[in-house]
Formats: sequence, structure tokens, C-alpha cells
Amino acid sequence: MDYDVFRQFADSWGLAYLTAVFVIVVLFVFRPGSKKIYDELSKIPLKDDEHVK
Amino acid sequence: MSIYSIIFLVLTTMCGLVGAAFAVDSVFAFHSWLTVAISLAFLFWGIRNYTTEPADQSRYMDGVVRWGIIATIFWGIVGFLVGIVIATELAFPEVNLFKEMNFGRLRPLHTSAVIFAFCGNALIASSFYVVQRTTSARLALGNLAWFVFWGYQFFIILAATSYVLGVTQAREYAEPEWYIDIWLTIVWVAYLIVFMGTLFKRKEPHIFVANWFYLAFIVTVAMLHLVNNMAVPVSFFGVKSYSLFSGVQDALTQWWYGHNAVGFFLTAGFLGIMYYFVPKRANRPIYSYRLSIVHFWSLIFLYIWAGPHHLHYTALPDWAQTLGMVFSIMLWMPSWGGMINGLMTLQGAWDKIRTDPIIKMFVLSLAFYGMSTFEGPLMAIKEVNSLSHYTDWTIGHVHSAALGWNGMVTFAMIYYIVPKLWGKKEIYSLRLVNAHFWLATVGIVFYISAMWVSGIMQGVMWKTYNAAGFLEYSFAETVAAMFPYYVIRTSGGVLFLIGALLMAYNVYRTITMSKEEEANIETVTEAAA
Repeated sequence: MDYDVFRQFADSWGLAYLTAVFVIVVLFVFRPGSKKIYDELSKIPLKDDEHVK
Repeated sequence: MSIYSIIFLVLTTMCGLVGAAFAVDSVFAFHSWLTVAISLAFLFWGIRNYTTEPADQSRYMDGVVRWGIIATIFWGIVGFLVGIVIATELAFPEVNLFKEMNFGRLRPLHTSAVIFAFCGNALIASSFYVVQRTTSARLALGNLAWFVFWGYQFFIILAATSYVLGVTQAREYAEPEWYIDIWLTIVWVAYLIVFMGTLFKRKEPHIFVANWFYLAFIVTVAMLHLVNNMAVPVSFFGVKSYSLFSGVQDALTQWWYGHNAVGFFLTAGFLGIMYYFVPKRANRPIYSYRLSIVHFWSLIFLYIWAGPHHLHYTALPDWAQTLGMVFSIMLWMPSWGGMINGLMTLQGAWDKIRTDPIIKMFVLSLAFYGMSTFEGPLMAIKEVNSLSHYTDWTIGHVHSAALGWNGMVTFAMIYYIVPKLWGKKEIYSLRLVNAHFWLATVGIVFYISAMWVSGIMQGVMWKTYNAAGFLEYSFAETVAAMFPYYVIRTSGGVLFLIGALLMAYNVYRTITMSKEEEANIETVTEAAA
């Protein structure tokens, strides 16, 4: 693969792929019902830090 | 020590002996003998402490974290001290006394000591602490974590001695030569295995966001290190190597590495620290876990493209320069999102900024994170860069981020973690923490304001033409004009170092504190009165 082919691929399909993944991640984070889950997860640091379960 | 460790140490001893026998230069011979000596010392210790008894799986592995924290403090003081020496050398060139003390040799010693030794140890130690607490699992693979710790210290020793002896690969922040790079690769892969292994045996179903940041740091640094250090050694028994890249590809690879070292070593890794220790110390949940996930992915997607802003107005193709600039500007969003998430975690606990000097340090570090991630994108804009590039403004920017964000968040983490690790109820003296806070803050302000003034002055002097169209100032005149700012900068560094020495004393007193002393120390609520 020479430079031009590589670059064309990177700024078309590559760009579209990365953007799509990012958009999907953001949509997934805001899925309905996620607020309750994330409120729980945000408390993970506050759990017992002395003993292995 | 297990049988595998002993076999490994026998192998490293043999490698060292072969290296010493065939060495083609004195530094390689020195490093070979150093390998032999250190391997034999560990071997001797290992055989005396040989055990086949498995570790107690019901307890966290904190010994390696304790050593990591002590190493962090030690290397921090070394790095800050060397920084003051080279700052003094810039103000007073007479201080370049002999060749081992030359600015050119000590400058990489300073940058590597603070970035890789101080920050690196803080990241390794805190990641081992956090991953165990947030997965409720002991570190995986037995004593491999100890190999990561000691192997990393050995890497630091090899790198530091090679700089002082005049050996460098001449790649900024990647100065160590090829064989040191190979050693670091081995250590880093072991680090990745320990971290991933612990995640695999987690008992908490969800992988907490701090671990994502730590993992991104470990994986990306591995990738950057491997690509940027692709080189062919001249001899397998000598220090010298040549890079596989040349020209503009070389420059771009270097700054892809250099900027992502900032992005993934000094940002992603430290955000791992922030997302665990700020909620923990404030005893508040993360403000928005959603935001932390969006923060993570946007930082990962954007940072990797920002490197070309180091090569504005060079032979790098214009589109690549613009790409670097645009992605740098977009980085404003995740950076400020992260800062807001950290600060807002104090919601419902704002009074702690007044009463708890450790929370105060965390808040200041986040403020510096926000400020330097605003300044960085600004400087990445081509027009601004034409003024700021190659001037002291860059140095000021780096130090507001490194001293303000990385330094302060590490100090706060140390003050929180030391009593935890050594089973004390609180740090020996919160008053000394407060003194450290102010010494460091004033030191940073001295440093960065001096560099802003001298950097912008330098940039403007370089750009000034007289009526006839000639440059108004010679280079030497710009250097002379910077003298007072160099002195102010050095004094700021001295204040910062004094603060770190107070921390070392405070940590020492905490570790050695007796039961009676512990009963009488101030805790946060009392300190407020």
C-alpha cells in the first residue's frame, strides 16, 4: 500500500469508523435506564478498601 | 522468591557477564557490570529468602505499593533538585562545572527523573493500589508485581547513568539507548500482564473507570515506546544505534510519541488517580459516571492525533499540521469535562476545601489541569504557535501542567495513601500538608509567570524588525534580557523542592509514628477549628 492509498483510506473509511464507534459509545451511555446503573457505579471507590472479597 | 525468579536472575547475570566481556565501549561495559552486580545482589537475597509457600490470597498485596510510594518521593526530590541545578545553569552558565554536570546531560536527567521516575512510580504504585480495591482481588501472578517495581527502578538507573555519561538516542523524552528500551519493554509487558491479570480475576462485575484510564495508559505507552524506539544497534555490544526513520517521518514519529507521552502518561494515567482518590478522600460518589465514560472515550479518540502541533511551520505537510491543530482544539472538551467531573465530585462537600488540605491540593491540581489544557490548545493554534514556539512560554506551559496537575495530584494521593498503607489514622501533620500546599503553589506561580513574561518577550524580540527591514535584536540580546526571569524561575523551583522535602519528612514521621503520637495528631475536623 503506497502513501496515497493509505491516506485516502485513513481519511474516509478510517475516519468514518472511528466517528461511528465514538457516536455509538455516547448513545450507549445515554441509553434509557442507564442512570440508575451509573449512580451505583459512581460509588465503587467508596466501598470497603481493607478486605479482599 | 520463587525458582523462576532465581532462573531469571541467573540469566541476567550471564547476559551481564557476556556484555561485559565483549563490550565495545565503556558505558556498555559499565552497564553490563551493573547488571551483574544487581542481579547477584538480588540472587543472594532471593536464595536466602527462598520460599515455596503461596501468598495469602485473602489480603491485598500492598508491600509493592509501599515501596512504590517511597520511590516516588525519592525520585521526585532527585528530579526537582536536578531541575533547580539546570535552572541555575541557565541563569549562571558558570555553574556548568564539568562535563558530567553540563546542561545538555542534566536536562534529560531532569525530565526523565520527574516524568518517568517520579510520575511513573506514582502511576505504577497507585494503579496497583486502585486496581485491587476496585476489583476486590489481590494482584495477579504472585511476585511479578515486584519484578515490575524493581525492573522499573533498574531501567531508571540505566537511563540516568547513561545521560550523565553522555549517551543518548537524541529523541526527546525517549533518550535511553536501544538495550535500555528493550529492558523497559520487558518490564512494561510484565506490568500489563499483572494489571490485566488482576482485572480478569476481579470480583466486582464492572471495571471501574479509573482502571480504564490506567489500562489506556499502559497499553498506549507500550505502543508509543515500541514504535518510536525502532532502531538498529551498530553493535550488539555497544550503546550506539540508528533510528529506522529519517527526515520528516522521524520528526512526526517522535512528536506522535512525545505528545502522547503527555496524553497517556501524564494525562490518562493521572486521571486514573483522580477518579479513584478524589471521590475517596471527599467521601462522595463521582459527580457523573456517564461523563467519566464520555470523558474517557473522547480523550482516547482525540489525543492520539494532536502530536503534529509540535511541528508547525516545518517540512511536515500542511494538512498534517492543521490536523494536529484541530484535534488539539477539540481536546478542550474532554479535558474540561474531566475537570468539571472532578471538581463537581465535591458537591455536598465543598466545606472540605477549607477544612482538609489534602482536598485543597486535589482541587488545585484540577484547576491546573483545566488551566494547562486550555493553554495547550491555544498554543497549538498556528498563529499563536508562531509566537510561542521555541520560547520559554512552552517551558512555562509544561511546568504549569507538570508541577500544578501531576505534582499536586501526586502529593495529595501520597498524603491520602500513606496512612492507609501503614495503618495509621491520618498523616502525621496536616499543618505541614498545608505548608507544602502553599510553598508549592507560590513556587509554581513564580515559575510560570516568569516563563510567560520571558517567553512572550523572547518571541516578540525574535520577531521585531527595524525600519530598514533587519532583525532588531541579536540572539545574544534576547538571552541577556531573560536573565531576571531565569532567576525568578529558579527561586520558584526552590520553593517547590522545599515543599517536597516537607512531604518526605511528614511521610517519614507518619510511618514511624508511635501509638501515643497517633492518638494526639490532628484530624481534619479538629484542624478546622
